[in-house]
Amino acid sequence: MPKTIQEINERISKGNAVVLTAEEIIDLVDEKGVDKAAEEVDVVTTGTFGPMCSSGAYINTGHANPRIKMGGGKVTLNDIPAHAGLAAVDLYIGATAIPDDDPRNKNYPGEFSYGGGHLIHDLVAGEDIRLVATAYGTDCYPRKKLETLINIKDLNEAVLFNPRNAYQNYNCAVNASGKAIYTYMGTLKANLGNANYCSAGQLSPLLNDPLYKTIGIGTRIFLGGGRGYVVWQGTQHDPGVARADNGTPLAPAGTLAVMGDLKQMKPEWLVGASFQGYGATLTVSLGIPIPILNADICRHVAVKDEDLYAPIIDYSDSYPNCKPGSLGKVSYAELKSGSITVNGREVPTASLSSYSKAKEIAGILKGWIKEGSFLLTEPLGALPGADSGYAFTSLPMREIE
Amino acid sequence: MTSKRIVLHFPQRLVNQPIVSDLVRRYGLEFSILKAYVTPDEEGLLVLEITGTQQACEQGQEYLASVGVSVQPLSQDVLRNDERCTHCGACIPLCPTGALSVVRPEMTIKFDNEKCIACELCIKACPTRAMELHF
Repeated sequence: MPKTIQEINERISKGNAVVLTAEEIIDLVDEKGVDKAAEEVDVVTTGTFGPMCSSGAYINTGHANPRIKMGGGKVTLNDIPAHAGLAAVDLYIGATAIPDDDPRNKNYPGEFSYGGGHLIHDLVAGEDIRLVATAYGTDCYPRKKLETLINIKDLNEAVLFNPRNAYQNYNCAVNASGKAIYTYMGTLKANLGNANYCSAGQLSPLLNDPLYKTIGIGTRIFLGGGRGYVVWQGTQHDPGVARADNGTPLAPAGTLAVMGDLKQMKPEWLVGASFQGYGATLTVSLGIPIPILNADICRHVAVKDEDLYAPIIDYSDSYPNCKPGSLGKVSYAELKSGSITVNGREVPTASLSSYSKAKEIAGILKGWIKEGSFLLTEPLGALPGADSGYAFTSLPMREIE
Repeated sequence: MTSKRIVLHFPQRLVNQPIVSDLVRRYGLEFSILKAYVTPDEEGLLVLEITGTQQACEQGQEYLASVGVSVQPLSQDVLRNDERCTHCGACIPLCPTGALSVVRPEMTIKFDNEKCIACELCIKACPTRAMELHF
């Protein structure tokens, strides 16, 4: 019999909801079948922990005396340029921002040892941050220069606001060229020396709700060790890609824009990352509960790594030069086994997304729901679906006269 | 016969001396060079695997120390900062000896000091910089 989110929440409040992780549900469905499992289980929790570049945080520092209008001026936080094109003391920190004096790739491959992602981690860890601002000065905001330490506990607001997280599936990256390349998918050795992938597979949120039946705008989630919300479809949301019979996409597809109060997040769940030769970013932890409203939803959350496929993309040519086509597809079970076959060759694999941490996230979220401290939400709006026509397009470049 | 992996630091005044060949001449030790470089302040760093009798290995290391070379066992060199490691696996394809490996089915990353030859390839390839070089 179908359930409602309200009924599930009542059970959560009474402390008797049945909650499993997206890994645990697989065994139960194998044992009892989809219909029986759907009756028994109320919620399935998912998780993912990987580098997600389209992440960042906005903060409001409060006003100095005399006041300064940082908006339109220049601001750095621990030497990382913050976006100051907002009101007087609102700033946005992007995960990939790097200090102006970072050598970048001048000494190739660059190290990118400290960037916006590291800054967000330090802020969450409660460390003092050096703020240096210059402004042009106005009658109402006369100060032109400000140098001070700031701390998250003194900020009016500190909000993680990530325009694109939780990619529903991702490429498996290889390098078919004759020299090593340094990419956001890690170091790729020459001549198909390794294959790097980046998804939690059977634990990944959107792979467990492939057609966005339960995850939507307003869904409450685990974010950065605290609680956050899905606020929109993510940028580059691309629901119309080819899908397998089980509804899961065969290429990168849906994405989520998420936000949450940075003040209640934890540094171990928002970790700065450096990709040699590529740049700095933020490793984001994210977990989404899926209410088991009916057997159809239960069938989707029972998906296994062996039924999820990633396209194999050559990052020495196809990717940078936007050439369509792949070197084939490979299941997450094969990727997790340690080696795959590409063009008849055995290629060792590596993950950039931590499966063991994804499992931990799903477990923590399960604990919150079981103890009654995390209730599920009814989505306020749906994400554009597979048949919506919503698509990710490339830039139509035009000459500037 | 026994084998030991050692890290040698040569102060500037010794960099041009034929000290390692003495290990062969005086103590009959075999050696293979796992890594060698001269630091920007012109000190020499050499990572060796020496093979010989237990006694010869000890005497050889004593000799190196007596002429002013600092000697450390290799296992002290590359360490994992467990607080920083997220167990992703970006290091795995770069490790030439299998010192870094995936534990299945948990999918956690194991670091085995004994197998590490301190090639340092993992250090910059680790996104969270969990692999650290300690001299």
